[in-house]
Amino acid sequence: MDRRSWINEPWLLGAAGVAVVLILWSLITSTGAVDKLFLPSPAAVLSAGQQQAQAGLLWRDFTASVGRVFGGFALSAAVALPLGIAMGSNVVICRLLEPLMGLIRYMPAPAFIPLLIIYFGLGELPKVLLIFIGTVFFNTLMIMDAVKFVPRELIETALTLGGRGLPILTRVVTPYIAPQVLDAYRINMASAWNLVIVAELVAATEGLGKRISLAQRFLRTDEIFLGLIVVGLIGLAIDLSFRLLMRRTCSWAN
Amino acid sequence: MHLQVSNVCKSFGRGSNAKLVLDQVSFSLESGDFKALVGSSGSGKSTVMRLIAGLDQPSSGVISMDGQPVRGPGSDRGMVFQKYSLYPWLTAAENVAFGMQLQGRSKQEVRERTSYFLDVVGLADSARRMPRELSGGMQQRVAIARALAAEPKLLLLDEPFGALDIQIRESMQEFLHELWRQTGLTALLITHDLEEALLLASEVHIMAPSPGRIVRTVKVDLDRRDMAHLRVSQPFLELREDLARSLRGLEPAGVR
Ligand SMILES: Nc1ncnc2c1ncn2[C@@H]1O[C@H](COP(=O)(O)OP(=O)(O)OP(=O)(O)O)[C@@H](O)[C@H]1O
Ligand SMILES: [Mg+2]
Repeated sequence: MDRRSWINEPWLLGAAGVAVVLILWSLITSTGAVDKLFLPSPAAVLSAGQQQAQAGLLWRDFTASVGRVFGGFALSAAVALPLGIAMGSNVVICRLLEPLMGLIRYMPAPAFIPLLIIYFGLGELPKVLLIFIGTVFFNTLMIMDAVKFVPRELIETALTLGGRGLPILTRVVTPYIAPQVLDAYRINMASAWNLVIVAELVAATEGLGKRISLAQRFLRTDEIFLGLIVVGLIGLAIDLSFRLLMRRTCSWAN
Repeated sequence: MHLQVSNVCKSFGRGSNAKLVLDQVSFSLESGDFKALVGSSGSGKSTVMRLIAGLDQPSSGVISMDGQPVRGPGSDRGMVFQKYSLYPWLTAAENVAFGMQLQGRSKQEVRERTSYFLDVVGLADSARRMPRELSGGMQQRVAIARALAAEPKLLLLDEPFGALDIQIRESMQEFLHELWRQTGLTALLITHDLEEALLLASEVHIMAPSPGRIVRTVKVDLDRRDMAHLRVSQPFLELREDLARSLRGLEPAGVR
């Protein structure tokens, strides 16, 4: 067998990359060459995690942030799917909305935070809406593009089999674009995470972003590192779940 | 069933960009007919097909089915495209069932007809396979089964074997001939392969390009019981040579 077959194990190499960084990190901190305040050791970060977990803070922040992301993103996904399909399949709707969306899309979503706070206060609604605003246009336009690339033959075949209007959208267009839709969601989910942290840095009572900004106030770099790592891990988990879902439901597209 | 194509013209584009693609095309088709349109690339064969299917509208002239002008696509005119048009997320059986489900037939009926037509095209064993697991020839047979299962009065075949290699092509031609003999379907076949047209159709219209028009119509009266033999028989070869010569002699109308 090939001696280097382990190179083809995707997980192994990825894990090795992470391990190298972790080892370097502990080596550097254990020499004491760098100020603890500047770069806390892995052990310190871990114990900060334990403390927060025991106090119930970690779980509360986790559910707060994840809840906002899922709430805002679910809303965005639910609006983007029919809207993107409508724009992709109907020229009038497309011409009407595409320039508008193209414009709003380039307004940075965090710049909406002040407005949202003035309109809706400091509760959950402005945060959920921020994630909605920040992702719905990208989701819609990506879905629209996917719809435009549905092969003409597939639609025309359905027409010559007696298909009409809505059934063609639900039974031909939607299944065909499903893999691209999942991929669009997966990619835009990353911006949803960015936005929730930004929103929480600005105004929140709990959440992973809020914890990070509190930690800064008390110079708790270990807690900042903890927050960053937790956010990264959640993002990775979501990304992998989307990939898994795609592999399960759209095996035909691979 | 009576299909009448009368003086159909079609141009694409507007104003000075307008391009006449079909010029005064007329022909007809009766129940049980198997006719073919042959012509070089760009002679407007697919355009004729799309007009009959109702996927596009003629610029002038009339296409009617049983006296009713064709206004849009419908399940009375089934179509098989050159490019594989199976739904890649459905199994072979689900593809065959697809049209019948759109038509709102009962589950029971859909199931029975699906297995019947898979059987007709010789793919009963492949019912559960996905399109990408099927060869090109098998995919086209599924597409034909799917079209037939929707019970069209007329089957439109737009170069259905154009993407297949020669051996598979030949066996598909025999398959299609058998299918026509057994089911008595009515079909219009488009091809740029003269041999294919002569083997299958009882009447062949030859089309010339720029603008697309029918320049010659030939009745084909050959003994088709043994296709392998027919391919090399004298009358067949003579007819093919004759038509090939007239196809070669075709120049765009404006150039003459
Ligand atoms: N939607 C369209 N818009 C503009 N021109 C078109 C359109 N459809 C077809 N044409 C033109 O009409 C002519 C005939 O096209 P058509 O596809 O009917 O030819 P064909 O005989 O089927 O050719 P092939 O054997 O290559 O399939 C071509 O010159 C093509 O460029
Ligand atoms: Mg064509």
